[in-house]
Amino acid sequence: MAKRIEVSGLHAYYGGVHAIEDISMTIEPRSVTAFIGPSGCGKSTFLRTLNRMHEVIPGARVEGKVLLDDEDLYGPDVDPVAVRRVVGMVFQRPNPFPTMSIYDNVAAGLKLNGVRRKSRLDDIVEESLKGANLWNEVKDRLNKPGAGLSGGQQQRLCIARAIAVQPQVLLMDEPCSALDPISTLAIEDLIAELKSRYTIVIVTHNMQQAARVSDRTAFFNIAGVGKPGRLIEIGETSKIFTKPEQKATEEYITGRFG
Amino acid sequence: MTTDTGVSTTAAAAGGRVRDAAIGTGRAGDKIFASAARGSGILVLALMAAIAVFLIWKAIPALQKNEAAFLTSEEWNPNAQPPRFGIAQLAFGTVVSSLLALAMATPVAIGIALFISYYAPRSVAGPLGYLVDLLAAVPSIVYGLWGLLVLAPRMEGVSGFLNSALGWIPLFGGDSPGKNSIFTASVVLAIMILPIISSISREVFLQVPRAHVEAALALGATRWEMIKLAVLPYGRSGMIGAAMLGLGRAMGETIAVAMVLTFVPGINWHILEDGGTTFAANIANSFAEATETGRGALIASGLVLFVITLIVNMAARAVVARRKEDA
Repeated sequence: MAKRIEVSGLHAYYGGVHAIEDISMTIEPRSVTAFIGPSGCGKSTFLRTLNRMHEVIPGARVEGKVLLDDEDLYGPDVDPVAVRRVVGMVFQRPNPFPTMSIYDNVAAGLKLNGVRRKSRLDDIVEESLKGANLWNEVKDRLNKPGAGLSGGQQQRLCIARAIAVQPQVLLMDEPCSALDPISTLAIEDLIAELKSRYTIVIVTHNMQQAARVSDRTAFFNIAGVGKPGRLIEIGETSKIFTKPEQKATEEYITGRFG
Repeated sequence: MTTDTGVSTTAAAAGGRVRDAAIGTGRAGDKIFASAARGSGILVLALMAAIAVFLIWKAIPALQKNEAAFLTSEEWNPNAQPPRFGIAQLAFGTVVSSLLALAMATPVAIGIALFISYYAPRSVAGPLGYLVDLLAAVPSIVYGLWGLLVLAPRMEGVSGFLNSALGWIPLFGGDSPGKNSIFTASVVLAIMILPIISSISREVFLQVPRAHVEAALALGATRWEMIKLAVLPYGRSGMIGAAMLGLGRAMGETIAVAMVLTFVPGINWHILEDGGTTFAANIANSFAEATETGRGALIASGLVLFVITLIVNMAARAVVARRKEDA
Protein backbone atom coordinates (compact mmCIF):
# COMPACT_ATOMS: atom_id res chain seq x y z
CA MET A 1 0.00 0.00 0.00
CA ALA A 2 2.69 2.48 0.88
CA LYS A 3 4.82 3.95 -1.88
CA ARG A 4 8.11 5.80 -2.01
CA ILE A 5 8.15 9.41 -3.16
CA GLU A 6 11.11 10.80 -5.03
CA VAL A 7 11.17 14.50 -5.70
CA SER A 8 13.71 16.05 -8.00
CA GLY A 9 14.30 19.66 -9.01
CA LEU A 10 10.92 20.89 -7.83
CA HIS A 11 9.98 24.57 -8.04
CA ALA A 12 6.59 26.04 -7.13
CA TYR A 13 5.17 29.44 -7.97
CA TYR A 14 2.17 31.57 -7.00
CA GLY A 15 1.69 33.70 -10.08
CA GLY A 16 5.01 35.53 -10.38
CA VAL A 17 6.17 34.65 -6.86
CA HIS A 18 8.77 31.92 -6.63
CA ALA A 19 7.64 30.06 -3.50
CA ILE A 20 9.98 27.08 -3.31
CA GLU A 21 13.17 26.45 -5.18
CA ASP A 22 14.87 23.34 -6.47
CA ILE A 23 13.82 20.75 -3.93
CA SER A 24 14.97 17.16 -4.22
CA MET A 25 14.37 14.47 -1.63
CA THR A 26 13.30 10.91 -1.11
CA ILE A 27 10.42 10.09 1.22
CA GLU A 28 10.55 6.52 2.47
CA PRO A 29 7.45 4.31 2.57
CA ARG A 30 6.02 3.09 5.91
CA SER A 31 7.66 5.87 7.81
CA VAL A 32 6.86 9.35 9.02
CA THR A 33 8.69 12.26 7.47
CA ALA A 34 8.34 15.61 9.22
CA PHE A 35 8.81 18.99 7.54
CA ILE A 36 9.96 21.73 9.88
CA GLY A 37 11.04 25.31 9.36
CA PRO A 38 10.08 28.90 10.07
CA SER A 39 6.79 30.39 8.81
CA GLY A 40 6.74 31.13 5.12
CA CYS A 41 9.59 28.73 4.31
CA GLY A 42 7.43 26.82 1.83
CA LYS A 43 6.97 23.56 3.72
CA SER A 44 3.18 23.61 3.34
CA THR A 45 3.47 24.65 -0.28
CA PHE A 46 5.86 21.77 -0.88
CA LEU A 47 3.47 19.36 0.85
CA ARG A 48 0.67 20.51 -1.43
CA THR A 49 2.75 19.83 -4.52
CA LEU A 50 2.88 16.16 -3.50
CA ASN A 51 -0.81 15.63 -4.27
CA ARG A 52 -1.21 18.39 -6.83
CA MET A 53 -3.31 20.52 -4.49
CA HIS A 54 -0.93 23.43 -5.03
CA GLU A 55 -2.35 24.07 -8.48
CA VAL A 56 -5.96 24.54 -7.32
CA ILE A 57 -4.98 28.06 -6.28
CA PRO A 58 -5.48 30.35 -9.31
CA GLY A 59 -2.17 31.23 -10.93
CA ALA A 60 -0.18 28.60 -9.04
CA ARG A 61 2.12 26.24 -10.93
CA VAL A 62 4.82 23.65 -10.38
CA GLU A 63 7.98 22.63 -12.23
CA GLY A 64 9.97 19.50 -11.62
CA LYS A 65 9.32 15.85 -10.93
CA VAL A 66 7.51 13.96 -8.21
CA LEU A 67 7.83 10.21 -8.67
CA LEU A 68 5.43 7.98 -6.76
CA ASP A 69 7.30 4.70 -7.03
CA ASP A 70 8.08 5.15 -10.71
CA GLU A 71 5.17 7.23 -11.90
CA ASP A 72 5.61 10.97 -12.37
CA LEU A 73 2.68 12.77 -10.74
CA TYR A 74 3.29 15.69 -13.08
CA GLY A 75 3.49 13.54 -16.22
CA PRO A 76 1.58 14.80 -19.25
CA ASP A 77 -1.18 12.17 -19.07
CA VAL A 78 -1.67 12.25 -15.32
CA ASP A 79 -5.04 13.42 -14.05
CA PRO A 80 -4.67 15.43 -10.83
CA VAL A 81 -7.96 13.97 -9.61
CA ALA A 82 -6.48 10.48 -9.84
CA VAL A 83 -3.36 11.65 -7.99
CA ARG A 84 -5.44 12.94 -5.09
CA ARG A 85 -7.24 9.62 -4.77
CA VAL A 86 -3.86 7.97 -4.18
CA VAL A 87 -2.29 10.69 -2.06
CA GLY A 88 -4.65 11.66 0.75
CA MET A 89 -4.49 14.85 2.76
CA VAL A 90 -5.42 16.10 6.22
CA PHE A 91 -5.60 19.85 6.73
CA GLN A 92 -4.57 22.26 9.44
CA ARG A 93 -8.12 22.96 10.56
CA PRO A 94 -10.51 20.03 10.79
CA ASN A 95 -12.81 20.35 7.76
CA PRO A 96 -15.53 17.69 7.80
CA PHE A 97 -18.36 18.41 5.37
CA PRO A 98 -20.72 20.34 7.66
CA THR A 99 -24.00 19.16 6.22
CA MET A 100 -23.05 15.48 6.21
CA SER A 101 -23.35 12.90 8.95
CA ILE A 102 -20.28 11.23 10.44
CA TYR A 103 -20.99 8.17 8.31
CA ASP A 104 -21.39 10.16 5.10
CA ASN A 105 -18.20 12.10 5.76
CA VAL A 106 -16.19 8.89 5.92
CA ALA A 107 -18.06 7.40 2.97
CA ALA A 108 -17.70 10.52 0.79
CA GLY A 109 -14.43 9.46 -0.82
CA LEU A 110 -15.65 5.89 -1.30
CA LYS A 111 -18.73 7.08 -3.11
CA LEU A 112 -16.48 9.13 -5.39
CA ASN A 113 -14.66 5.92 -6.18
CA GLY A 114 -17.89 4.22 -7.12
CA VAL A 115 -18.43 2.08 -4.01
CA ARG A 116 -22.20 1.83 -3.79
CA ARG A 117 -23.00 -1.39 -1.94
CA LYS A 118 -24.28 -0.59 1.54
CA SER A 119 -22.65 -3.55 3.27
CA ARG A 120 -19.27 -2.74 1.79
CA LEU A 121 -19.62 0.93 2.71
CA ASP A 122 -20.59 -0.06 6.27
CA ASP A 123 -17.51 -2.26 6.56
CA ILE A 124 -15.08 0.34 5.28
CA VAL A 125 -16.60 3.13 7.35
CA GLU A 126 -16.25 1.04 10.51
CA GLU A 127 -12.74 -0.02 9.62
CA SER A 128 -11.65 3.54 8.85
CA LEU A 129 -13.17 4.96 12.02
CA LYS A 130 -11.44 2.22 14.00
CA GLY A 131 -8.25 3.02 12.14
CA ALA A 132 -8.62 6.63 13.21
CA ASN A 133 -9.31 5.63 16.85
CA LEU A 134 -12.72 7.24 16.67
CA TRP A 135 -15.07 4.27 16.36
CA ASN A 136 -15.81 3.82 20.06
CA GLU A 137 -16.70 7.46 20.47
CA VAL A 138 -19.07 7.73 17.52
CA LYS A 139 -20.45 4.26 16.80
CA ASP A 140 -23.80 5.14 18.38
CA ARG A 141 -24.24 8.38 16.50
CA LEU A 142 -23.00 7.73 12.99
CA ASN A 143 -25.96 9.60 11.55
CA LYS A 144 -25.34 12.75 13.55
CA PRO A 145 -23.60 15.67 11.79
CA GLY A 146 -19.81 15.54 11.83
CA ALA A 147 -19.75 19.21 12.77
CA GLY A 148 -21.12 18.30 16.22
CA LEU A 149 -17.90 16.56 17.28
CA SER A 150 -15.11 18.21 19.24
CA GLY A 151 -12.14 19.65 17.34
CA GLY A 152 -9.93 16.65 18.04
CA GLN A 153 -12.69 14.22 17.07
CA GLN A 154 -13.33 16.19 13.89
CA GLN A 155 -9.67 15.93 12.97
CA ARG A 156 -9.73 12.17 13.54
CA LEU A 157 -12.89 12.07 11.43
CA CYS A 158 -10.96 13.81 8.66
CA ILE A 159 -8.18 11.24 9.01
CA ALA A 160 -10.79 8.46 8.81
CA ARG A 161 -12.19 10.10 5.68
CA ALA A 162 -8.71 10.28 4.16
CA ILE A 163 -7.76 6.67 4.91
CA ALA A 164 -11.15 5.26 3.87
CA VAL A 165 -10.08 5.42 0.23
CA GLN A 166 -6.89 3.51 1.11
CA PRO A 167 -4.37 5.99 -0.20
CA GLN A 168 -0.70 5.18 -0.74
CA VAL A 169 0.44 8.32 0.99
CA LEU A 170 -1.06 10.47 3.73
CA LEU A 171 -0.10 14.15 3.82
CA MET A 172 -0.78 16.10 7.01
CA ASP A 173 -0.54 19.87 7.04
CA GLU A 174 -0.04 20.89 10.70
CA PRO A 175 -2.84 18.53 11.75
CA CYS A 176 -2.59 19.41 15.45
CA SER A 177 -2.10 23.15 15.37
CA ALA A 178 -5.78 23.85 16.05
CA LEU A 179 -6.10 21.18 18.76
CA ASP A 180 -5.65 20.98 22.51
CA PRO A 181 -2.78 18.90 24.01
CA ILE A 182 -4.90 15.80 24.72
CA SER A 183 -6.30 15.69 21.19
CA THR A 184 -2.79 16.32 19.88
CA LEU A 185 -1.56 13.30 21.77
CA ALA A 186 -4.39 11.20 20.35
CA ILE A 187 -3.45 12.23 16.80
CA GLU A 188 0.24 11.57 17.44
CA ASP A 189 -0.55 8.07 18.72
CA LEU A 190 -2.65 7.55 15.63
CA ILE A 191 0.20 8.65 13.36
CA ALA A 192 2.45 6.11 15.03
CA GLU A 193 -0.11 3.36 14.28
CA LEU A 194 -0.79 4.48 10.72
CA LYS A 195 2.84 4.51 9.67
CA SER A 196 2.92 0.73 9.49
CA ARG A 197 0.57 1.00 6.53
CA TYR A 198 1.12 4.36 4.88
CA THR A 199 3.79 6.74 3.78
CA ILE A 200 3.16 9.70 6.06
CA VAL A 201 4.38 13.24 5.58
CA ILE A 202 3.61 15.77 8.30
CA VAL A 203 4.22 19.49 8.35
CA THR A 204 4.59 20.81 11.87
CA HIS A 205 5.53 23.99 13.65
CA ASN A 206 6.12 22.07 16.81
CA MET A 207 9.64 20.70 16.98
CA GLN A 208 8.87 18.41 19.90
CA GLN A 209 6.13 16.90 17.79
CA ALA A 210 8.51 16.34 14.90
CA ALA A 211 10.94 14.69 17.31
CA ARG A 212 8.21 12.50 18.81
CA VAL A 213 6.43 11.24 15.71
CA SER A 214 8.85 11.24 12.80
CA ASP A 215 11.54 8.92 11.56
CA ARG A 216 13.06 11.43 9.24
CA THR A 217 13.00 15.22 9.39
CA ALA A 218 13.45 17.78 6.64
CA PHE A 219 14.38 21.34 7.52
CA PHE A 220 13.29 24.15 5.21
CA ASN A 221 14.38 27.76 5.34
CA ILE A 222 14.26 31.01 3.41
CA ALA A 223 17.25 33.22 2.78
CA GLY A 224 15.14 36.33 3.40
CA VAL A 225 11.74 37.92 2.89
CA GLY A 226 10.54 37.43 -0.69
CA LYS A 227 13.14 34.75 -1.41
CA PRO A 228 11.96 31.24 -2.29
CA GLY A 229 12.02 28.51 0.35
CA ARG A 230 14.74 25.84 0.13
CA LEU A 231 15.38 22.45 1.61
CA ILE A 232 18.36 22.87 3.94
CA GLU A 233 18.79 19.28 4.99
CA ILE A 234 16.96 16.02 5.49
CA GLY A 235 18.02 13.07 7.59
CA GLU A 236 17.18 10.73 10.45
CA THR A 237 15.20 12.67 13.02
CA SER A 238 17.58 11.69 15.82
CA LYS A 239 20.49 13.00 13.82
CA ILE A 240 18.79 16.26 12.76
CA PHE A 241 17.93 17.02 16.36
CA THR A 242 21.29 16.07 17.87
CA LYS A 243 24.00 16.82 15.36
CA PRO A 244 22.67 18.51 12.23
CA GLU A 245 25.09 19.13 9.42
CA GLN A 246 23.98 22.68 8.66
CA LYS A 247 24.42 25.61 10.99
CA ALA A 248 20.95 27.03 10.12
CA THR A 249 19.31 23.78 11.19
CA GLU A 250 21.09 23.83 14.50
CA GLU A 251 20.14 27.45 15.12
CA TYR A 252 16.51 26.73 14.32
CA ILE A 253 16.14 23.63 16.47
CA THR A 254 17.87 25.28 19.39
CA GLY A 255 15.39 28.12 19.14
CA ARG A 256 17.74 30.85 18.01
CA PHE A 257 15.31 31.95 15.24
CA GLY A 258 12.00 31.03 13.67
CA MET B 1 0.63 72.51 50.53
CA THR B 2 -0.55 74.77 47.76
CA THR B 3 0.83 72.34 45.25
CA ASP B 4 -0.96 69.48 46.92
CA THR B 5 -4.27 71.28 46.95
CA GLY B 6 -3.71 72.42 43.40
CA VAL B 7 -3.02 68.92 42.21
CA SER B 8 -5.93 67.40 44.05
CA THR B 9 -8.32 70.11 42.90
CA THR B 10 -7.21 69.76 39.31
CA ALA B 11 -7.47 66.01 39.54
CA ALA B 12 -10.92 66.20 41.05
CA ALA B 13 -12.02 68.75 38.50
CA ALA B 14 -10.53 66.78 35.66
CA GLY B 15 -12.03 63.56 36.99
CA GLY B 16 -15.40 65.18 37.30
CA ARG B 17 -15.20 66.75 33.89
CA VAL B 18 -14.04 63.50 32.27
CA ARG B 19 -16.84 61.58 33.88
CA ASP B 20 -19.44 64.17 32.90
CA ALA B 21 -18.10 64.35 29.38
CA ALA B 22 -18.15 60.58 28.99
CA ILE B 23 -21.72 60.36 30.18
CA GLY B 24 -22.78 63.48 28.31
CA THR B 25 -21.53 62.83 24.78
CA GLY B 26 -21.68 59.04 25.01
CA ARG B 27 -25.27 58.98 26.20
CA ALA B 28 -26.40 61.65 23.77
CA GLY B 29 -24.89 59.92 20.73
CA ASP B 30 -26.21 56.63 21.96
CA LYS B 31 -29.70 58.03 22.40
CA ILE B 32 -29.74 59.74 19.02
CA PHE B 33 -28.52 56.64 17.25
CA ALA B 34 -30.87 54.35 19.16
CA SER B 35 -33.90 56.46 18.40
CA ALA B 36 -32.90 56.87 14.76
CA ALA B 37 -32.52 53.12 14.39
CA ARG B 38 -35.73 52.43 16.28
CA GLY B 39 -37.52 55.07 14.20
CA SER B 40 -36.39 53.43 10.95
CA GLY B 41 -37.61 50.08 12.22
CA ILE B 42 -40.96 51.49 13.25
CA LEU B 43 -41.26 53.36 9.94
CA VAL B 44 -41.11 50.07 8.02
CA LEU B 45 -43.81 48.54 10.19
CA ALA B 46 -45.92 51.67 9.92
CA LEU B 47 -45.56 51.67 6.13
CA MET B 48 -46.59 48.02 5.92
CA ALA B 49 -49.57 48.67 8.18
CA ALA B 50 -50.53 51.77 6.22
CA ILE B 51 -50.46 49.86 2.93
CA ALA B 52 -52.59 47.08 4.39
CA VAL B 53 -55.05 49.54 5.93
CA PHE B 54 -55.29 51.50 2.67
CA LEU B 55 -55.97 48.35 0.66
CA ILE B 56 -58.56 47.04 3.09
CA TRP B 57 -60.28 50.42 3.48
CA LYS B 58 -60.58 50.88 -0.30
CA ALA B 59 -61.59 47.28 -0.90
CA ILE B 60 -64.38 46.91 1.66
CA PRO B 61 -67.12 48.98 -0.12
CA ALA B 62 -66.60 47.06 -3.36
CA LEU B 63 -66.50 43.72 -1.58
CA GLN B 64 -69.81 44.55 0.13
CA LYS B 65 -71.48 45.21 -3.23
CA ASN B 66 -69.97 42.06 -4.80
CA GLU B 67 -72.55 39.41 -5.65
CA ALA B 68 -70.10 36.63 -6.55
CA ALA B 69 -67.81 34.64 -4.25
CA PHE B 70 -64.69 36.79 -4.11
CA LEU B 71 -62.16 34.00 -3.50
CA THR B 72 -63.55 31.30 -5.78
CA SER B 73 -65.40 32.96 -8.64
CA GLU B 74 -63.76 33.13 -12.06
CA GLU B 75 -65.84 36.08 -13.17
CA TRP B 76 -64.40 39.61 -13.30
CA ASN B 77 -67.20 42.09 -13.95
CA PRO B 78 -66.86 44.68 -11.20
CA ASN B 79 -68.14 47.47 -13.45
CA ALA B 80 -71.42 45.70 -14.14
CA GLN B 81 -74.67 46.26 -12.22
CA PRO B 82 -74.72 44.44 -9.87
CA PRO B 83 -70.92 43.93 -9.73
CA ARG B 84 -69.74 40.33 -9.83
CA PHE B 85 -66.06 39.50 -9.41
CA GLY B 86 -63.75 36.83 -8.02
CA ILE B 87 -60.01 36.30 -8.03
CA ALA B 88 -59.82 32.61 -8.98
CA GLN B 89 -58.61 33.26 -12.51
CA LEU B 90 -56.16 35.95 -11.41
CA ALA B 91 -54.70 33.74 -8.72
CA PHE B 92 -54.44 30.85 -11.14
CA GLY B 93 -52.67 32.90 -13.79
CA THR B 94 -50.32 34.51 -11.28
CA VAL B 95 -49.33 31.32 -9.50
CA VAL B 96 -48.99 29.15 -12.60
CA SER B 97 -46.99 31.67 -14.64
CA SER B 98 -44.69 32.46 -11.70
CA LEU B 99 -44.06 28.84 -10.77
CA LEU B 100 -43.41 27.95 -14.40
CA ALA B 101 -41.02 30.89 -14.71
CA LEU B 102 -39.28 29.76 -11.53
CA ALA B 103 -38.96 26.20 -12.82
CA MET B 104 -37.37 27.47 -16.03
CA ALA B 105 -35.16 30.16 -14.51
CA THR B 106 -33.74 28.44 -11.41
CA PRO B 107 -31.67 25.69 -13.08
CA VAL B 108 -30.30 28.12 -15.67
CA ALA B 109 -29.56 30.78 -13.05
CA ILE B 110 -27.75 28.33 -10.79
CA GLY B 111 -25.89 26.98 -13.81
CA ILE B 112 -24.75 30.49 -14.68
CA ALA B 113 -23.73 31.15 -11.07
CA LEU B 114 -21.74 27.89 -10.90
CA PHE B 115 -20.11 28.57 -14.25
CA ILE B 116 -19.06 32.05 -13.20
CA SER B 117 -17.80 30.97 -9.78
CA TYR B 118 -16.12 27.65 -10.59
CA TYR B 119 -15.67 27.04 -14.29
CA ALA B 120 -15.11 30.25 -16.21
CA PRO B 121 -11.60 31.67 -16.49
CA ARG B 122 -11.34 34.96 -14.62
CA SER B 123 -11.25 37.01 -17.80
CA VAL B 124 -14.69 35.64 -18.76
CA ALA B 125 -16.26 35.40 -15.30
CA GLY B 126 -16.17 39.11 -14.51
CA PRO B 127 -17.78 40.44 -17.70
CA LEU B 128 -20.30 37.59 -17.77
CA GLY B 129 -21.42 38.29 -14.21
CA TYR B 130 -21.74 41.94 -15.10
CA LEU B 131 -23.83 41.13 -18.18
CA VAL B 132 -26.19 38.93 -16.19
CA ASP B 133 -26.63 41.72 -13.65
CA LEU B 134 -27.35 44.09 -16.52
CA LEU B 135 -30.35 41.94 -17.45
CA ALA B 136 -31.89 43.17 -14.20
CA ALA B 137 -31.46 46.77 -15.31
CA VAL B 138 -33.51 46.36 -18.50
CA PRO B 139 -36.87 48.11 -17.91
CA SER B 140 -39.77 45.73 -17.80
CA ILE B 141 -41.56 47.59 -20.59
CA VAL B 142 -38.70 46.56 -22.86
CA TYR B 143 -39.20 42.92 -21.86
CA GLY B 144 -42.90 43.39 -22.57
CA LEU B 145 -42.26 44.79 -26.06
CA TRP B 146 -39.71 42.09 -26.78
CA GLY B 147 -42.07 39.41 -25.50
CA LEU B 148 -44.92 40.72 -27.61
CA LEU B 149 -43.09 41.53 -30.84
CA VAL B 150 -40.17 39.10 -30.92
CA LEU B 151 -40.81 36.17 -28.62
CA ALA B 152 -44.55 35.60 -29.00
CA PRO B 153 -44.53 35.03 -32.79
CA ARG B 154 -41.72 32.51 -32.36
CA MET B 155 -43.45 30.76 -29.47
CA GLU B 156 -46.21 29.48 -31.71
CA GLY B 157 -43.98 26.72 -33.06
CA VAL B 158 -42.62 25.84 -29.62
CA SER B 159 -46.10 25.67 -28.16
CA GLY B 160 -47.29 23.52 -31.05
CA PHE B 161 -44.37 21.15 -30.54
CA LEU B 162 -44.91 20.88 -26.77
CA ASN B 163 -48.61 20.33 -27.39
CA SER B 164 -48.07 17.46 -29.79
CA ALA B 165 -45.19 15.88 -27.84
CA LEU B 166 -46.39 16.37 -24.27
CA GLY B 167 -50.10 16.91 -24.87
CA TRP B 168 -50.93 13.95 -22.59
CA ILE B 169 -49.91 16.15 -19.66
CA PRO B 170 -53.08 18.16 -18.95
CA LEU B 171 -51.13 21.42 -18.56
CA PHE B 172 -49.74 21.08 -22.11
CA GLY B 173 -53.02 19.79 -23.59
CA GLY B 174 -55.68 21.69 -25.50
CA ASP B 175 -56.63 22.01 -29.14
CA SER B 176 -55.27 25.39 -30.13
CA PRO B 177 -51.79 26.15 -28.81
CA GLY B 178 -51.17 29.85 -29.34
CA LYS B 179 -48.59 32.52 -28.79
CA ASN B 180 -50.12 34.93 -26.27
CA SER B 181 -50.38 32.25 -23.64
CA ILE B 182 -49.43 31.90 -19.99
CA PHE B 183 -46.55 29.79 -21.23
CA THR B 184 -45.13 32.64 -23.31
CA ALA B 185 -45.60 35.00 -20.38
CA SER B 186 -43.70 32.66 -18.10
CA VAL B 187 -40.79 32.50 -20.55
CA VAL B 188 -40.57 36.30 -20.40
CA LEU B 189 -40.86 36.17 -16.60
CA ALA B 190 -38.16 33.50 -16.44
CA ILE B 191 -35.72 35.78 -18.24
CA MET B 192 -36.68 38.66 -15.99
CA ILE B 193 -36.04 36.78 -12.74
CA LEU B 194 -32.86 35.10 -14.00
CA PRO B 195 -30.46 37.85 -12.86
CA ILE B 196 -31.72 38.08 -9.29
CA ILE B 197 -31.55 34.31 -8.72
CA SER B 198 -28.21 34.09 -10.44
CA SER B 199 -26.52 36.94 -8.64
CA ILE B 200 -27.69 35.89 -5.18
CA SER B 201 -26.62 32.30 -5.83
CA ARG B 202 -23.26 33.58 -7.01
CA GLU B 203 -22.80 35.57 -3.81
CA VAL B 204 -23.56 32.44 -1.81
CA PHE B 205 -21.19 30.28 -3.84
CA LEU B 206 -18.40 32.79 -3.34
CA GLN B 207 -18.82 32.40 0.41
CA VAL B 208 -18.29 28.63 0.39
CA PRO B 209 -15.31 28.17 2.71
CA ARG B 210 -12.07 27.34 0.95
CA ALA B 211 -11.60 24.53 3.50
CA HIS B 212 -14.69 22.66 2.27
CA VAL B 213 -13.68 23.03 -1.34
CA GLU B 214 -10.17 21.76 -0.62
CA ALA B 215 -11.51 18.91 1.51
CA ALA B 216 -13.48 17.66 -1.49
CA LEU B 217 -10.65 18.18 -3.97
CA ALA B 218 -8.13 16.44 -1.72
CA LEU B 219 -10.40 13.39 -1.63
CA GLY B 220 -10.03 13.16 -5.38
CA ALA B 221 -13.28 14.85 -6.35
CA THR B 222 -13.64 16.17 -9.87
CA ARG B 223 -14.92 19.70 -10.18
CA TRP B 224 -18.54 18.61 -10.46
CA GLU B 225 -18.13 16.19 -7.55
CA MET B 226 -16.57 18.99 -5.52
CA ILE B 227 -19.59 21.16 -6.30
CA LYS B 228 -21.93 18.38 -5.18
CA LEU B 229 -19.95 17.67 -1.99
CA ALA B 230 -19.07 21.15 -0.86
CA VAL B 231 -20.75 23.95 -2.79
CA LEU B 232 -24.37 22.90 -3.22
CA PRO B 233 -24.94 21.70 0.36
CA TYR B 234 -23.43 24.90 1.70
CA GLY B 235 -25.40 27.09 -0.69
CA ARG B 236 -28.74 25.28 -0.45
CA SER B 237 -30.54 27.73 1.82
CA GLY B 238 -29.14 30.66 -0.12
CA MET B 239 -30.34 29.17 -3.39
CA ILE B 240 -33.81 28.61 -1.94
CA GLY B 241 -33.89 32.19 -0.73
CA ALA B 242 -32.80 33.39 -4.16
CA ALA B 243 -35.49 31.35 -5.90
CA MET B 244 -38.14 32.69 -3.53
CA LEU B 245 -37.09 36.27 -4.20
CA GLY B 246 -37.35 35.48 -7.90
CA LEU B 247 -40.82 34.02 -7.34
CA GLY B 248 -41.88 37.18 -5.52
CA ARG B 249 -40.61 39.28 -8.38
CA ALA B 250 -42.40 37.13 -10.97
CA MET B 251 -45.69 37.37 -9.07
CA GLY B 252 -45.57 41.15 -8.89
CA GLU B 253 -44.44 41.73 -12.46
CA THR B 254 -47.03 43.79 -14.27
CA ILE B 255 -46.40 45.39 -17.59
CA ALA B 256 -44.47 42.68 -19.41
CA VAL B 257 -47.15 40.13 -18.58
CA ALA B 258 -49.99 42.51 -19.41
CA MET B 259 -48.49 43.10 -22.86
CA VAL B 260 -47.92 39.46 -23.69
CA LEU B 261 -51.20 37.93 -22.53
CA THR B 262 -54.46 38.11 -24.45
CA PHE B 263 -57.34 38.21 -22.00
CA VAL B 264 -59.83 35.37 -22.29
CA PRO B 265 -62.30 35.01 -19.41
CA GLY B 266 -62.15 31.94 -17.20
CA ILE B 267 -59.46 29.57 -15.91
CA ASN B 268 -57.84 27.58 -18.68
CA TRP B 269 -55.63 24.72 -17.52
CA HIS B 270 -54.17 24.46 -21.01
CA ILE B 271 -51.39 26.95 -20.53
CA LEU B 272 -50.26 26.74 -24.15
CA GLU B 273 -53.51 28.28 -25.33
CA ASP B 274 -54.05 32.02 -25.55
CA GLY B 275 -55.58 33.70 -22.55
CA GLY B 276 -55.06 34.01 -18.85
CA THR B 277 -54.21 37.00 -16.75
CA THR B 278 -52.54 37.80 -13.45
CA PHE B 279 -53.32 40.07 -10.53
CA ALA B 280 -50.89 42.74 -11.58
CA ALA B 281 -51.63 42.55 -15.30
CA ASN B 282 -55.36 42.76 -14.63
CA ILE B 283 -54.92 45.83 -12.46
CA ALA B 284 -52.76 47.52 -15.12
CA ASN B 285 -55.22 46.71 -17.89
CA SER B 286 -58.46 47.61 -16.13
CA PHE B 287 -57.68 50.41 -13.70
CA ALA B 288 -58.03 53.31 -16.13
CA GLU B 289 -61.55 52.42 -17.18
CA ALA B 290 -62.80 51.14 -13.86
CA THR B 291 -65.75 52.63 -11.96
CA GLU B 292 -65.61 53.39 -8.25
CA THR B 293 -66.58 49.81 -7.45
CA GLY B 294 -64.27 48.51 -10.16
CA ARG B 295 -61.31 50.24 -8.53
CA GLY B 296 -62.29 48.84 -5.16
CA ALA B 297 -62.43 45.38 -6.70
CA LEU B 298 -58.97 45.81 -8.24
CA ILE B 299 -57.59 47.00 -4.93
CA ALA B 300 -59.13 43.98 -3.23
CA SER B 301 -57.32 41.76 -5.73
CA GLY B 302 -54.13 43.69 -5.00
CA LEU B 303 -54.65 42.90 -1.33
CA VAL B 304 -54.78 39.20 -2.13
CA LEU B 305 -51.53 39.47 -4.13
CA PHE B 306 -49.99 41.25 -1.14
CA VAL B 307 -51.00 38.38 1.14
CA ILE B 308 -49.76 35.70 -1.27
CA THR B 309 -46.39 37.43 -1.62
CA LEU B 310 -46.18 37.71 2.15
CA ILE B 311 -46.88 33.99 2.52
CA VAL B 312 -44.25 33.11 -0.11
CA ASN B 313 -41.65 35.19 1.69
CA MET B 314 -42.52 33.74 5.07
CA ALA B 315 -42.41 30.22 3.67
CA ALA B 316 -39.00 30.96 2.17
CA ARG B 317 -37.73 32.21 5.51
CA ALA B 318 -39.07 29.15 7.27
CA VAL B 319 -37.33 26.86 4.78
CA VAL B 320 -34.06 28.75 5.07
CA ALA B 321 -34.23 28.72 8.87
CA ARG B 322 -34.92 24.99 9.01
CA ARG B 323 -32.00 24.19 6.72
CA LYS B 324 -29.75 26.23 8.95
CA GLU B 325 -30.75 24.19 11.99
CA ASP B 326 -30.00 20.98 10.11
CA ALA B 327 -26.53 22.08 9.15
